[in-house]
Amino acid sequence: MTDRFSRSDVERVARLARLELNAEEKDLFARQLAGILAYAEQIQRVPTEGIEPTSHAGVAATLRDDEVRPSLPREASLAAAPDGDAAAGLFKVPRVLG
Amino acid sequence: MDTPIRAREIREAVARRQASAVEICRAALDRIAALNPLLNAFRAIAPERALARAAELDARVDRANLPLLGVPVALKDNLCTRGIATTASSRILDGYLPPYDATVVERLEAAGAVIVGKTNCDEFAMGSSTENSAYGPTRNPWALDRTPGGSSGGSAAAVAAGIVPLALGSDTGGSIRQPAALCGAVGFKPSYGRVSRYGLIAFASSLDQIGPIATTVADAAIAMDVLAGHDPRDSTASASPVPNFADALAETRDGLRGVRVGVPRHLFSEGVDADVMAAFEAAIDVTRDRGAEIVDVTLPHSPQAIPVYYVIATAEASANLARYDGVRYGYRAPDARTLADMYERTRGAGFGREVKRRIILGTYVLSAGYYDAYYRQAQQVRTLIRGDYDKAFASVDVIAMPTSPTAAFALGERTEDPVQMYLSDVFTVGANLAGLPAVTVPCGLTASRLPIGLQFTGRTMDDATVLRVADVYERVTPWSSERPTIPASTLSR
Repeated sequence: MTDRFSRSDVERVARLARLELNAEEKDLFARQLAGILAYAEQIQRVPTEGIEPTSHAGVAATLRDDEVRPSLPREASLAAAPDGDAAAGLFKVPRVLG
Repeated sequence: MDTPIRAREIREAVARRQASAVEICRAALDRIAALNPLLNAFRAIAPERALARAAELDARVDRANLPLLGVPVALKDNLCTRGIATTASSRILDGYLPPYDATVVERLEAAGAVIVGKTNCDEFAMGSSTENSAYGPTRNPWALDRTPGGSSGGSAAAVAAGIVPLALGSDTGGSIRQPAALCGAVGFKPSYGRVSRYGLIAFASSLDQIGPIATTVADAAIAMDVLAGHDPRDSTASASPVPNFADALAETRDGLRGVRVGVPRHLFSEGVDADVMAAFEAAIDVTRDRGAEIVDVTLPHSPQAIPVYYVIATAEASANLARYDGVRYGYRAPDARTLADMYERTRGAGFGREVKRRIILGTYVLSAGYYDAYYRQAQQVRTLIRGDYDKAFASVDVIAMPTSPTAAFALGERTEDPVQMYLSDVFTVGANLAGLPAVTVPCGLTASRLPIGLQFTGRTMDDATVLRVADVYERVTPWSSERPTIPASTLSR
């Protein structure tokens, strides 16, 4: 089971999740996730043909009317931003392309 | 330290002006100052806001009907509070000041409660011991070398130590009930949809519920009367009528006559400590003595509940935590050259180990080629688990189980083995997967004086029956009155 989840699997998934990991974390997670997945595989032995999946356990979502209502003022929304520009009304980020 | 006072008693005393809200608030703040250095139960304390609020309540004349008048309350740090730092115990939200209050915060304050501070938890509520907090573990008031459980460990420890009579937690797989059980408190996870989640920092949205931790079932019921109800800001908050929970407890003069209590014995065959099992059996005898009919039930798919839970919860978490990207709030890694670089470095530096582990697992089970085998399969087994409960509830009114298979475990004991830690939740995750109400009430102490919890789970939206049964049990047993003795030697330091 130890090669169930390799270091390169960790790297591939970390890229999908936009998550930087250091070398120690990659090795640790490869080992631990192999163990967790081996444990989780027991659910695959349960016959589930024709069983509907449950996405949530509540009653159907209560929909409200689609109407304009007061929301947070722009300044409040920008107040906690690491690089917000209240005057221009925007969140600043580094350039998109390298 | 003063003996803890119950929420109901505080309310009465303040309403009759036998005590002022300010005095009550000061006493709670003094207890925080004395005990928090030992327990690390609080992440943030809001003395000025609390005292101002208490003074305001003392000055009001139209206050006699406020159900939580002057009651000091602590909130898990994943509940947004305007102007009080809210971090979910994560570095990535270090110093974050939310621009709004969670609905539960508004409701508590409208009911006369005084919010004194925010409590420590596992980072983003991911854990069963509060050791995953980026700000150090909380210690169990019953044994300072043990965990309080988690993830709402700070809230449970604060109530158990008598700092506050009432605290809120959140419960995704047992995070209210397991720490309440391990700290000798009452903890209630309402039915999914009974309490608005607006302003709760999301972990796994199909499972998360907010609920109270208190020293008695009656206080938890009073809190539920304040918290429950529809909220247009949460589309999953049910619009179904809310009964009066405190009144439902008053209907218990007949004890448990006519109540059918289901016991799924097939789940107890391994991994349950002998002390826990003995306390549970004694508790079942008490319910039988009070007139309950004890019925064997089976939950055939419950052995799969832990793996199903960890697939679904991590999948949802990987999506919910995508929002922590260094753009709108929280930490941003410095000196990134590009946007993608900034995302990766921000998240790499801002999240702790358990959160990263779960994001990787959740992203993996949702990724192409693995979705059907893990995520969809887990959702299908979730349907079977719900079906098991439906069948059981055709013949019983509540299901009784131990809350946790063990009493409080030592700090550090399970941190190296994630699967071992996940097994702490074996009896609690089912209620989340099926959306059911479940309460834990103290039912004994181990030989070394560690609390043991008894759990009752009920039909969906039948929160009142669960509380009523727990209340009857609590009234005829001494366990909710047991309090930890925090060694004086540690206090004088």
